[in-house]
Amino acid sequence: MTHLLEVENLNVRFALRFGDLTAIDGISFHLDRKEKLGIVGESGAGKSVTGFAIINLLSKPGYIAGGRIRFEGREIHRLSAEALRQIRGNRISMIFQDPMMTLNPVLTIGTQMVETVRAHRRVSKAEARTLALEKLQKVYIPSPEKRLDQYPHEMSGGMRQRIVIAIALLTDPALIIADEPTTALDVTIQAGIMELLGELCATEEMGLILITHDLAVVSQVTERIAVMYAGQIIETGSTAEIVARPRHPYTIGLINSLPGTRRAGSRLEQIPGMMPVLTAIPEGCAFHPRCFLAAPECRAARPDLTPVNGARQWAACHRLDQTAQPNLLKDSTSRP
Amino acid sequence: MFAFIVRRVLQAIVVMGVIAFIGFSVQHSIGDPVRDMVGERVSLAEREAIRDQLGLNDPVPIQFGRFCWKALHGDLGISYFHKRPALDVILSKAPATLELVFGATVIILVFCFPVGIYTAIRPRAWLSRFVMAVSTVGVAVPVFLTAIVLIYIFGVELRWLPTYGRGETVALGGWDTGLLTADGLLHLILPSVALSSIMLPLYIRLIRSEMMEVLETEYIKFAWAKGLSRWRIWLLHAFKNTLLPVITVFGVEIGILFAFTLLTETVFQWQGMGFMFLEAVERSDTALLVAYLVVVGVMFVVINTLVDICYGLVNPMVRVAGNP
Repeated sequence: MTHLLEVENLNVRFALRFGDLTAIDGISFHLDRKEKLGIVGESGAGKSVTGFAIINLLSKPGYIAGGRIRFEGREIHRLSAEALRQIRGNRISMIFQDPMMTLNPVLTIGTQMVETVRAHRRVSKAEARTLALEKLQKVYIPSPEKRLDQYPHEMSGGMRQRIVIAIALLTDPALIIADEPTTALDVTIQAGIMELLGELCATEEMGLILITHDLAVVSQVTERIAVMYAGQIIETGSTAEIVARPRHPYTIGLINSLPGTRRAGSRLEQIPGMMPVLTAIPEGCAFHPRCFLAAPECRAARPDLTPVNGARQWAACHRLDQTAQPNLLKDSTSRP
Repeated sequence: MFAFIVRRVLQAIVVMGVIAFIGFSVQHSIGDPVRDMVGERVSLAEREAIRDQLGLNDPVPIQFGRFCWKALHGDLGISYFHKRPALDVILSKAPATLELVFGATVIILVFCFPVGIYTAIRPRAWLSRFVMAVSTVGVAVPVFLTAIVLIYIFGVELRWLPTYGRGETVALGGWDTGLLTADGLLHLILPSVALSSIMLPLYIRLIRSEMMEVLETEYIKFAWAKGLSRWRIWLLHAFKNTLLPVITVFGVEIGILFAFTLLTETVFQWQGMGFMFLEAVERSDTALLVAYLVVVGVMFVVINTLVDICYGLVNPMVRVAGNP
């Protein structure tokens, strides 16, 4: 059976003067309609690059060096520029991180919505405007009629992100890629936006890829997650299972470092060290210099994703026998 | 928007006041009109009487007030050399300069946008590299050298274009224009090109760098992600944002364009205000110098005000700030 989106062995590189840097190193995942996938990781893990690769909108000098991205049965990276344009914003919509930067400051909201509709549908401006109004109502924008004639700077961050989501919905896409959609917003606004995204995904029958560094957000919204580290997926599977029983030492570290798992006043856990830069990714398992379970074999060979927990979960680690022990998680009672 | 315009016009009036004060100071402190008027044999007492009569012994603020009052009524003194009101002399020369600036501006506007945009969206193309290299040279070469080279190539060697004067002009009301005759237009080409040569490379570089910066922004990336056509992204989304800083610089630089008419008019013997100004300096014609200062000041302020209002039309954020 074919999925809505299939990513197979994707390889993304950045062509630099002194040679190519590998940003995404052979990742694979898939997604269906109405399904919600979270991609989690630290800054520099390659989450956003993955998102942009799906619509082949990598900033130069990034390029897709290998692998396949198949969307609705079509190979994205083989499409012509025009065919790709017809998919972007039409079948696949993106939501960016910072709503203060996403909307063009010198064009009205109405212009920016109408042009999106008319880039993909043969409709009059009036019809496009009606559609824009309808979508603004869907994202609970008060007095949408007035908003259409306003400029982005006349609105708050949360309001702008709702408008960005409304723009993403305009053409009834099959897939929405949300790249850190709430990171730039106040915590109180975050929950509302997340709830809205989850709800829309169900009512509009869309697939959702939620890219974030925030495990708590992912666990609220998504059914499956993929944890990325240094351009690779190191653990993937059902969100509930992974949050309850993470098997990769990195995921264990991420969950342990959530403030929710700590008693008030006690020191927060952290994973020692830093994510390696792309120019110096360690041999073998990229995580071994920071790993509390590192063994000689971790330095020698890169581990493959291995099914665990009845194949509801996959982890890429040589020491899976060690990570099965439940006492590795600091506190199992108050996790998100 | 209305409040914005009113505020901007009020600011312009303040600036004009400052310019008038500078003009007044120049007149007040350079030379002694009484000495120019009377001979050696006139006694000190008589001189004093003349000073009193002319109001030169009044307190400075009153003299300045009188200067402004007269200036508002078009009286900027009498040119010593031309024996005519200074304003009349200048206004008779103004059309030539304005047409020269107009010609240069047209050349700049016609070329800077397409070339600037092209070099921004295709920075690696050989044509872009070539344009950038030439523009560096263009910025560096002084306008009189460009003018002389142009005269040598198109006037002396090829003999395609006239290099001297305004050619045939037509009087249109009080306006002596060269724009309506073929001969006048031909005469305008070389001076305009020479004058634009100082600004055009600057603008191309400015538009290019601003646009390249805009093309890197998130909202442009979002526009691509929305699946808009490339022309809409380049010519609407990116270009409109590029315009804001360009308009600001344009307002400032157009004054510099007026300054460079001094050189251009001299090289091409163009009978405009710049040419007249240099003559007035040689003849120490103070009244004419002050009149030039005030008239060019007015032009400067009017143009800058218009440019600012244009800026307000393009940038929505200024409009809101202007709302009371």
